Amino acid sequence: MSTNKVNIDMSAWKEEVTKSYPTKVAKKRAKSIVVSDPDSIPQIQSNVRTIPGIITQRGCTYAGCKGVVLGPTRDIINITHGPIGCGFYSWLTRRNQTKPVSPEDPNYMMYCFSSDMQDSNIVFGGEQKLAQAAREAFEIFKPKAMAFFSTCPVGLIGDDVHRVARQMKEELGINVFAFSCEGYKGVSQSAGHHIANNGLYTHLIGNQDKEIEGKFKVNVLGEYNIGGDAFEIERIFDECGMTLVATFSGNSTIDQFETAHMADLSVVMCHRSINYVAEMMETKFGIPWFKGNFIGAEATAKTLRKIAQYFGDKELTDRIEKFIAKEMLKIKAVIDVIHPQTEGKTAMLFVGGSRAHHYQELFDELGMTTLAGGYEFGHRDDYEGRRVIPTIQIDADSRNIQELKVTQDETRYRPRKTEAELESFKEEGFEFNDYNGMMADMAKGALVIDDLSHHEMEKLIEMYHPDVFCAGIKEKFCVQKMGVPLKQLHNYDVGGPYAGFEGAINFYEDISMIVNTTIWKEIKAPWEAEDVIVAEYAY
Amino acid sequence: MLLRHTTAEDHERKALTVNPAKTCQPVGAMYAALGVHGCLPHSHGSQGCCSYHRSALTRHFKEPVMASTSSFTEGSSVFGGLSNLVQAIDVIFKVYNPEVIAIHTTCLSETIGDDIVQIIGKAKEDGHVPDGKYVIHCNTPSYVGTHITGYSNMVSGLIRYFSTATPKKKNAINLIAGWMEPSDMREIKRLAKEMETRTILFPDMSDVLDTPLTGKTVMFPKGGTTIPELIATGDSKFTIGLGNYSTEDACVKLENKCKVKYESIEIPIGLKATDRFIQALSRHANVPVPDSITEERGRLIDLIADNSKYFYGKRVALWGDPDTLIPLVEFLVTLDMKPVYIVTGTPGKHFDESMTEILKDKVPEAKFMSGERADMFQLHTWIKQQGVDLLIGNTYGKYIARDENIPLIRLGFPIVDRAGFNFFPHVGYVGATNLAIKILHAILEHQDATCLEEKVELQM
Repeated sequence: MSTNKVNIDMSAWKEEVTKSYPTKVAKKRAKSIVVSDPDSIPQIQSNVRTIPGIITQRGCTYAGCKGVVLGPTRDIINITHGPIGCGFYSWLTRRNQTKPVSPEDPNYMMYCFSSDMQDSNIVFGGEQKLAQAAREAFEIFKPKAMAFFSTCPVGLIGDDVHRVARQMKEELGINVFAFSCEGYKGVSQSAGHHIANNGLYTHLIGNQDKEIEGKFKVNVLGEYNIGGDAFEIERIFDECGMTLVATFSGNSTIDQFETAHMADLSVVMCHRSINYVAEMMETKFGIPWFKGNFIGAEATAKTLRKIAQYFGDKELTDRIEKFIAKEMLKIKAVIDVIHPQTEGKTAMLFVGGSRAHHYQELFDELGMTTLAGGYEFGHRDDYEGRRVIPTIQIDADSRNIQELKVTQDETRYRPRKTEAELESFKEEGFEFNDYNGMMADMAKGALVIDDLSHHEMEKLIEMYHPDVFCAGIKEKFCVQKMGVPLKQLHNYDVGGPYAGFEGAINFYEDISMIVNTTIWKEIKAPWEAEDVIVAEYAY
Repeated sequence: MLLRHTTAEDHERKALTVNPAKTCQPVGAMYAALGVHGCLPHSHGSQGCCSYHRSALTRHFKEPVMASTSSFTEGSSVFGGLSNLVQAIDVIFKVYNPEVIAIHTTCLSETIGDDIVQIIGKAKEDGHVPDGKYVIHCNTPSYVGTHITGYSNMVSGLIRYFSTATPKKKNAINLIAGWMEPSDMREIKRLAKEMETRTILFPDMSDVLDTPLTGKTVMFPKGGTTIPELIATGDSKFTIGLGNYSTEDACVKLENKCKVKYESIEIPIGLKATDRFIQALSRHANVPVPDSITEERGRLIDLIADNSKYFYGKRVALWGDPDTLIPLVEFLVTLDMKPVYIVTGTPGKHFDESMTEILKDKVPEAKFMSGERADMFQLHTWIKQQGVDLLIGNTYGKYIARDENIPLIRLGFPIVDRAGFNFFPHVGYVGATNLAIKILHAILEHQDATCLEEKVELQM
């Protein structure tokens, strides 16, 4: 990250905000609020239950599984097993774009499929209805794969969605699998990511040992093609002469997942949502992974250079350097215009499990300071770095999520680098399997808050009035009523792509638009803004 | 093509819903509760429900939508949600301090069988409900009915908890608002005022979901029906329910509880439904219809007459909620349009009967369906079989509109790709005028954009 970080002191906020909480709540929330110190990274409580009654940003396990991880794949039919709501709310709402190669290619993204459970299904069980729904979906759409997603009541009434999936797999002759991703599992979407990862690993990855063409074969993990991010990453890979084997899961297809094990490297974008798959593919197939980032021009360049270093091929390195140089010229031309408008301005970011970290890169490039940040569903390692993983206490909510036992594939395990090579990478400071977390990159004195509540958000804005606040749709208009523009980092306010070099330019221009938007200066009516002076004409 | 797998082929389905024309109960209950002044809706279930409902309402209204959740975990799902809800009530009053907490259940808490009345009792016993504050509830199992049912259940909940009959009747009319926009509620209040009637409108989302940007924090906006008003509904002399599906249950409950007679009519969308509303209000409030309203009506008639050739015979496909669709289809028939395909995911006989009645003479070829599998996939299949000139429904219709090159008028819930629905009404004569103009412009713009070059007309 760039070095324009200033030291700030926001410790007063914590005292102010916890004052209005009941004692027990205040005590619990206090552990999730820390003042950043990159020299001595503090411990932050995260991935713990939200206190009932607190207005939270968080969603549920189903949203993390069906909505986030499996949602962006276009050629699978995802049937939500439950009452209609869950399927309805996850219908096209996440802006995962997809681009079928030909007009004949399957694309089910615009469709919402649900078993639409009624009270009789709750009373007598819904397995038969699910099986029938699957048959009908197959009959009408002829998909090559199908998945079932359990909603809350399904777990309670004991429908065995996995059994139905096995039956349907046999009956229909296609790949059918299920996810027990009931909303009440875990404490946030995060549990759903883990469940989804397990399903991808168990039912898809490695199904096709198809040779993939190309010399430099890479998977990009934790990239969901919001606003076309994956398209930009695809362009970059293309221009650099690298082969993108699979993206998990932006603009993806089932075939890509099934051949992902043929890649020689996995680059992890959103560590929170997909690190499990990266780990499992390494253990089983020998594919190393590292944490990369395509958000921010500098970060994109750094990630590309790291890929070049990994492959150690002169031709690739030269091509990547040439590409970066070309793209950076475009970046510079835009930054030179926009930087003076944005320099010294402030931002706060409360979103996701990686974006609140990644987007600080872009604000840095604009000369803006991140005053406060936090995740909606991050874990301690996303804040403090993976080194803390062994010290994280596994509570009851996490223990409920299955940890798959993964072993080396007897025939297909192939270490991509020798022990000696890995050792020499380490000596060069090349980190595999690591993530340093958000706090290492934050200014001293900035606030780090996990699972920000509505009350805390209001106080942040009242006390510090940032120039831009980044969160999601639920927060959008609350913040804007207070006179502060909110940039959505879930759906990008229907903007983007923001990834890669072209994405960075889009983001700079969107932030420039925000800081230059006239209407924010017109909130007060002229008669509210002026002091009333009573005077008389003296002739 | 976006919906590339939809064809003209009919498929018999018994279990699979594809592209629903409905969502689940709790979001309706949350919306209805926002129409009570100082109320915080509370979702008793997993966090995801609350998050999804707030997101859906926020995307539609482009306004803050405040609501809290019991944040169920696996433990609460096994042991019941009592401790979560008791704690939530305590935290909400201490941190957010609403006048009322309006709890609705979810499929999760309903399947567990949480007894909300008992839990509220426990919260009171434990001293978590401050004096003068209220905790109310309704049951909204997501596997019964739809978002309209949930709306209706919360409105009935308001009656159960608040409406009180005292010996002193008041010369007021209750207007129970069905699912409509804040702009519609504002328009209904304007009409009632224009007629110099004394009314209590509830729920009332105007000044809640159409608030000004002031630069200040407002957790509970100035709008919403107040608790004294809700209590007073028991003393009103009559109730008019607007929208059978979303308000009739409340009308019945109020009559049973406080002996207030009622009439259930359609939401006043279009000419005839507005006529009936004005007549009902005039009759029950015992006031004459002022000339100003007759003139509003006359201006609507004038607009339709001037442009009737563009409406005549145009085929329309519609999807959405029954209380909106019934008067809307009736209005289209008044315009001599042909509403040929109509679906609503909300089940119920009233819709089927009303459609039969409205369409049997003028559009006997019309196909309509309600309940399970009355979805947009079915509607699109019909459109593939024989096309239409216009689509009317929520945002999800844009994919059909683009694939089939048919103009779309956005009306219903949710509309997440256009703005202003909370500003400009669709009810009353003014609303009908807005609607007729939208229809007219959609048809004419489509003609301008798609006709042969030599057929482009300067005057239309």
